[in-house]
Amino acid sequence: MNVLDFVNAFFSDSAHWQGYDGIPQRFREHVQYSLLALAVAAAIGLPVGLLTGHTGRGGNALAFIANAARALPSFGLLVLAVLLIGFGLLPVMIPLVVLAVPPILVTTYEAVRSVDPAPVDAARGMGMHESRILFRVELPVALPLVLSGLRSAAIQIVSTATIAAYVSLGGLGRYIIDGLYQRDYEKVVGGATLVAVLALLTLALFWAAGRLAVSPGVRRR
Amino acid sequence: MSGFFDIPSDLQHSWTGLIGLHMREALLPVAAGLLLALPLALLCGRFRWLYPPVLGVTTVLYAVPSLAFFVVLIDYTGQTELTVMIPLALYSLVVLVPAIVDGVRSVPDETLAAATAMGFGPVRRYAQVQLPIAAPAVIAGLRVATASSISLVSVGALIGNQGALGNLLAAAQKYDRPELAVNAVLTMAALAIVCDALLVLLRTLLTPWMPRGGTARPKPAARRAEITPEGAVR
Repeated sequence: MNVLDFVNAFFSDSAHWQGYDGIPQRFREHVQYSLLALAVAAAIGLPVGLLTGHTGRGGNALAFIANAARALPSFGLLVLAVLLIGFGLLPVMIPLVVLAVPPILVTTYEAVRSVDPAPVDAARGMGMHESRILFRVELPVALPLVLSGLRSAAIQIVSTATIAAYVSLGGLGRYIIDGLYQRDYEKVVGGATLVAVLALLTLALFWAAGRLAVSPGVRRR
Repeated sequence: MSGFFDIPSDLQHSWTGLIGLHMREALLPVAAGLLLALPLALLCGRFRWLYPPVLGVTTVLYAVPSLAFFVVLIDYTGQTELTVMIPLALYSLVVLVPAIVDGVRSVPDETLAAATAMGFGPVRRYAQVQLPIAAPAVIAGLRVATASSISLVSVGALIGNQGALGNLLAAAQKYDRPELAVNAVLTMAALAIVCDALLVLLRTLLTPWMPRGGTARPKPAARRAEITPEGAVR
């Protein structure tokens, strides 16, 4: 049997489509964990990135923090958090947020900083307030790059949220962890396929968000 | 914390032994990924139609969780180091191909025309003109690939003692010794930071034409030439 046979067998088994261990339920859980982690990471990364990008100050400190956060291993953080805090949602959110903040932070900073200074100067010359310059001039121009940072963070979260199953939570990782211990490759391959599908859906969602939110004048491609 | 460096004997390695193992399992895949990415990026640069499908396939591969990769590979390569290293090499490849392609594409046309006029063939032009100029973008990709590789090796602990320093995490749970988990996390972070610093040093050595001292604010005109590391990668 090759991988495709496993995928086919997993999805054609009707038992996999219902109940608390069914695909819809696990899918929903996975989306919930991912959205929560992305929301927390964006709540940290976006304001800091926008502000430092606007003032142009603190770039080196930011790069240092992002590099340090990137150096922390997600799986190690998860195990450590569980040992120190105990089981639950919080120890899963810690590694996911640490994973997602650096791409959001660095990309947002770079996006705002690399906005053409001429329109920013023009806006300032017209007497626009600093906050209006940031939200009405810089952010719309920087939006494609800001979205790409969010997208790369979201993909990494979706793929890594599988580790939630390792500490007894649900999500699509359940199939992978359970399949590993039950020596049930069909389950593992099925779970991995679902995660990949969710990642592709995330890509599509961000593509659509880009089409809707980015002004036609800024969109180059 | 007592016993910070008391590694349980079932891991069959000392702390330094685990570090050596970890570096091998993390860096060999990055090197393999780079070796594969260089010709692939050359092809993507030559044949433009090739790049979108390559990018699509690599994005899907990147979305497959490492643990699933490991478990599926056990069937073919057993519970060995190779099972951990193959997925890591693929992840490195995924990060490096767009970094190299974007870096190589940012080389000005006049430079390429000059190289062609001097009689450089496509492969020689790629290796001796485009790659050196794209070095900052390539190194930026290598930094991301190396950091994620060092972090992901530890997941190998789940498929039976193949996670090097990650095995310490498993041991920390088994023997209820949180200090071993602290040790593992800090050691992996330190390894990642040291490798990152070495790559930055390598970039400085490879690009003698770049301005030194990163503290100075670049002039607006120079800004566009700088490629944002994160943006170039994905």
